[in-house]
Amino acid sequence: MNTHETEIAERTRETMEEMYVNMGPQHPSTHGVLRLMLKLDGEVVTEIIPYVGYLHRCHEKIGENRILTQIIPYTDRLDYLASMYNNWGFVLTVERHLGITVPERAEYMRVILGELQRIASHLIWLGTFGLDLGNFTIFLYCFREREMILDLFESVCGQRLNYAFYRIGGMPLDLPDSFVSNCKAFLEWFKPRLPEYDALMSDNIIFQKRVQGLGILDPKTAINYAISGPVLRGSGIKWDLRRNDPYSIYDRFEFDIPVGTSGDVWDRYMVRRIEMEESVKIVEQALQGLPSGDIIAKMPKKLKPPVGDIYTRVETPRGELGFYMVFDGSEKPYRYKVRSPTFVNLSVLPVIGTGYLVADLVAILGSIDIVLGEVDR
Amino acid sequence: MENVYDILSEWGLPLTVSQLIVMLAVATAILIFTAVSVMFMVWWERKISAHIQVRFGPMRVGGWHGWAQSIADGLKLLLKEDIIPAGADRLVFALAPMVVFAASLAAFVIIPFGPGLIAGDLNIGVLFYISISSLTVVGIIMAGWSSNNKYSVLGAIRSAAQAVSYEVPLVLSVIGVIMTVGSMSMTRIVEAQEGMWFVVPQLLGFLIYLTAAIAECNRTPFDIPEAESELVAGFHVEYSGMRFAIFFLAEYANMFVVSAIATTLFLGGWHGPLLPGWLWFLLKTYFIIFVMMWLRWTLARLRVDQLMNLGWKFLLPLALLNMGVTGLILVLKDS
Repeated sequence: MNTHETEIAERTRETMEEMYVNMGPQHPSTHGVLRLMLKLDGEVVTEIIPYVGYLHRCHEKIGENRILTQIIPYTDRLDYLASMYNNWGFVLTVERHLGITVPERAEYMRVILGELQRIASHLIWLGTFGLDLGNFTIFLYCFREREMILDLFESVCGQRLNYAFYRIGGMPLDLPDSFVSNCKAFLEWFKPRLPEYDALMSDNIIFQKRVQGLGILDPKTAINYAISGPVLRGSGIKWDLRRNDPYSIYDRFEFDIPVGTSGDVWDRYMVRRIEMEESVKIVEQALQGLPSGDIIAKMPKKLKPPVGDIYTRVETPRGELGFYMVFDGSEKPYRYKVRSPTFVNLSVLPVIGTGYLVADLVAILGSIDIVLGEVDR
Repeated sequence: MENVYDILSEWGLPLTVSQLIVMLAVATAILIFTAVSVMFMVWWERKISAHIQVRFGPMRVGGWHGWAQSIADGLKLLLKEDIIPAGADRLVFALAPMVVFAASLAAFVIIPFGPGLIAGDLNIGVLFYISISSLTVVGIIMAGWSSNNKYSVLGAIRSAAQAVSYEVPLVLSVIGVIMTVGSMSMTRIVEAQEGMWFVVPQLLGFLIYLTAAIAECNRTPFDIPEAESELVAGFHVEYSGMRFAIFFLAEYANMFVVSAIATTLFLGGWHGPLLPGWLWFLLKTYFIIFVMMWLRWTLARLRVDQLMNLGWKFLLPLALLNMGVTGLILVLKDS
């Protein structure tokens, strides 16, 4: 390097061969306010440094200053594409600590709403993944179906995005009379839509060439990085908390856990794609077996959690969502910690994303399926 | 055309002045046609994409199906503040959209809309189009470089690579037609298709041309220079207001030009029963534009290296094969 180049390199930390590019926090395909510092050699990514924290809002600290029932609405804002499931994870933790048995009907309602939420969340992922790869049309198709699920949710709880619907001990409102028939009608309508998505995405040779053999995450690395959810299953490890650490009434339902073989973007795509079908199966079975009866257990007016700590985890659409709480005898948790799946999954991006082109990095990031509301709590 | 000159010379105008007047009139006509046609195409594309994506598209502005939406958008862009980034190379930045637009506008000169309806029937018509269309990439590189933005530079580099790679199969795919006709004049080529459109004997050439043409226009699945999810908007990231509108105008004008050339070379130009020639020409052109829009809203985007592989390892050998076979058939026919 001559003196001029050295000077530039010193000033900008760049050589003439490589340059730093700031991807985000405002960028169409970082799915929110994620910022990636990329070191590019031409178009090849040689280094990725993710910066998070743009959406930090002291979720855990706020939780330590609220009584337990007041925390439920805050959990909505964690993974805002799967609010029902966040509620569930939180109330389950408290119920286990207090030793409350939830009535049968409430459990069924939780499963139905939770699995519908999983479908809605995967639909958003599928649509935005299409956007990342330049396929705009699939996005609108997915939103059409998600809209119907949101309509169902609205009929149950009046909300469309942040529900705050699960309660410690059960559910606050019963399903409306029309819900079961509406839900069945939706499922009947939804099932033939999945091959339609295949026609646009999975069967398309351009799409296949774009995602196959990309961003390979081998099982060992996946376990070492504590990856969970569809990303882990894409690497071929059959680990689903609904099966491996059963909660609620998941042991009563028949469903498969799809796993990938090579751990590339295609496998992660296929896992989520098949999971939608499995969720449909679960909802159908739950609607079949929906019992009548109470929807909320008899609860004391004031919750007095006993001294101790508890960690409980659920399988959200994005992986293992864990809540860790320490109680010191007061009404508020002494320590409240959320183990968010996407924060952990995102940590593997520098490992699987380096060495590819920028276009591939976008696909790899899309396949991890992050929600920034959960990455930064 | 001669009549016009006669009338003007009767008024006592020298020939150069009357030629200038005719030139101005033709240029204005082309400019107006381009503007109106682009406005229609933008609205049409929004409608087509909307119907592919189970929605309605613009419905309000102007009443019937939002027909005035493009006009309103154009006005809005005209009234926007003209922003030039602080670090930009001001002269090149301002010049770039004009270069791009001038290049796509110049190609309109050789488009035969009907018998005699051609601005300039050059004897090197096809060659003129090929050379003038390569100019676009110069403007794009100027835009990318002068913006002083890394995303713009990446977009411009991609664009240059893409244009160079796809120019070659584009040229070679057209040669089959030129060999058959024995002329590069657009009018002659159309007249030669009286009996049979060249799309039949030159089907391979047509398909190669169409693929390369879509790549020339930077449209999905080849919209790599402006890939939204990767480069935000590629070379025109820093452009806004009227300068952005000119890029937009040029893109759609370019689309019209490549479709019109495809119509002329392969789909028989103005030939067709019953309807007048210019209407047939426009119908065929807009059909090809429709196909391009259809592809855009259905397919995903290729990756840079895949694009290069497709261009050099697949389209180029095919185009060469097409040229060789055409030549062989012509020689055998003669002897």
